[in-house]
Amino acid sequence: MTHAAKLPTAHADAAGNSSAAAVLTVENVSKHFGGLAALDQVSLAVNAGEIFGLIGPNGAGKTTLFNVITALYVPDSGCVRLRAQMLTGCKPHDVVQHGLARTFQNIRLFANMTALENVMVGRHVRTKAGVLGAILRDHTTQAEEQAMTHRAQELLDYVGIGRHTHQLARNMAYGDQRRLEIARALATDPVVLALDEPAAGMNPSETESLMTLLTRLRSDGTTILLIEHDMRLVMGLCDRMAVLDYGKKIAQGTPAVVRRDARVIEAYLGGGFV
Amino acid sequence: MTPSWRRRWQHLKHDRRTVIATWLVMGIVLALLPFVTGDLLGRSWVRIIDFALLYIMLALGLNIVVGYAGLLDLGYIAFYAVGAYLYALLASPQFGMHWPVWAILPMGATVAAGFGVLLGAPTLKLRGDYLAIVTLGFGEIVRIFLTNLNTPINITNGPQGISLIDPVSIGGFSLGETQSFLGITLPSTYAYYYLFLALSLAIVFISIRLQDSRIGRAWVAIREDEVAAAAMGINTRNVKLLAFAMGASFAGVSGGLFAGFQGFISPESFTLFESVIVLCMIVLGGMGNIAGVVLGALLITIFPEALRYLGDLQQLSFGRVLVDPNDLRLLVFGLALVIVMLFRPAGLLPSVRRRREFSADESVLSQEQASLYDTRR
Repeated sequence: MTHAAKLPTAHADAAGNSSAAAVLTVENVSKHFGGLAALDQVSLAVNAGEIFGLIGPNGAGKTTLFNVITALYVPDSGCVRLRAQMLTGCKPHDVVQHGLARTFQNIRLFANMTALENVMVGRHVRTKAGVLGAILRDHTTQAEEQAMTHRAQELLDYVGIGRHTHQLARNMAYGDQRRLEIARALATDPVVLALDEPAAGMNPSETESLMTLLTRLRSDGTTILLIEHDMRLVMGLCDRMAVLDYGKKIAQGTPAVVRRDARVIEAYLGGGFV
Repeated sequence: MTPSWRRRWQHLKHDRRTVIATWLVMGIVLALLPFVTGDLLGRSWVRIIDFALLYIMLALGLNIVVGYAGLLDLGYIAFYAVGAYLYALLASPQFGMHWPVWAILPMGATVAAGFGVLLGAPTLKLRGDYLAIVTLGFGEIVRIFLTNLNTPINITNGPQGISLIDPVSIGGFSLGETQSFLGITLPSTYAYYYLFLALSLAIVFISIRLQDSRIGRAWVAIREDEVAAAAMGINTRNVKLLAFAMGASFAGVSGGLFAGFQGFISPESFTLFESVIVLCMIVLGGMGNIAGVVLGALLITIFPEALRYLGDLQQLSFGRVLVDPNDLRLLVFGLALVIVMLFRPAGLLPSVRRRREFSADESVLSQEQASLYDTRR
């Protein structure tokens, strides 16, 4: 896995842009569930090529925000943009088409498909073959299928589970399942990769190698939006971060700034952290 | 099987000559089947095989919807009815129309696919039990429509059904009559056998091709986790509708052939029981596995007929018939279904995927998978 090929993305241009350009913007998003304000006027801007952390205590609205961004939820007000493209109002599969892929907090792989097939499903959105192509199996379809398989294997190698190609997703080790989810999301050629607690349930050494993977992803030009509980991971990895508490954004900035913010310390980290 | 045997078997399986020989033998067997069956067991058995072929087409269609996409459809027989009635209306004295079969069958497939979408569209958000109930309702609605569309304008001729349907005829060669050429007499059921066989093989081919395609994987992904599938960029609405349409089109073709073969159809042929039987075929044979589904369809059509010999068997062993074989045969059939499902819950020939679901023997798995894909070499 160490000498795996560099990650080639269809949107490599995004990485080449000045790093200050915001690729993902969240503008004044609010979301209520009955009387509960899960999100209250939250705004964020994730810049190209950075790892942006989203932290907050349980129930702060992190996953809700994630679901709004990936269009699983429709916000009550506000909007989400990926570069110039409005994501609010899109269907979840359109969001992927526009270049935003996600993983889930509770792993949601296609359990009875192999690792390779899982990643190939991720390629679905960047491929075209229809029923007629499948039946006739013409040159275009064959070439596409081959390219798909090749790319999927490449991505499995990239995230470090290349030797589990033909293993069923559900039989894989927990840490490998997390990696497979990342590979599957990468298969959609995302501009922004949104990871919902990728280190949840991992042991320290698995977390360590996950950090290495995410760092390499960033250097290969993928912008990452990261929800995480593991403070060591977040503080060590993120370029910038935002802190949510009771649905409100209470702080934003580099890890160094955030960890000194009085409101953050009070709301989340507790006095003892610094 | 010892490893050396297995290796030899693997070797044989990939040997070109063995493959050609296998295909050749299968071809000859299939070509001679009606003559051999007709001579050994009587012509009524050729008719039973014809029906088995119709059911194979039906079951393979339902397999796409239930086996691949995981959408439990209990009203599937409605598409069979659509295909059958389309043929009956366009090739019978009912409206005085006598269209050729090559025009009707593709139309039947298309119209049935349209009905598939019609059923799929309102049920997109439903899964499992709820979907089953709605599709069950749909199947009944179609049947009730067919029963009652004789007033105010008589379209379907109501419960009496449509009779005197034109037999299938290809290039002036009517399959409805006994033909003879080159000294071979070809009774009607034999001729239909070859037509049904050709179309069944075509449908098997299409199913195989779809299974290992981008669309096939999308169907399975939806079955496994619909939310994740959507989050990976699969347009779940379109892909599910496609599954309904494809499955329905197979039933449309099968239905048209049924009408031409039978010469008479009525709403009675399209009851809920028929939907359940087709579902039984794919569950018993092995959902998602084409060979399994074909086997299931064959067994469920042929086994109950074979059980008619239970009377002769009693006569032979006890000297007289103790229990009416007609009472006994469905009892034995039901019992057989229960026993199969108890001992082989994944079906007689489970798909590789489903077999893995029910038991995961790693060593067997890695070997199977190595032969399934050759991406690494």
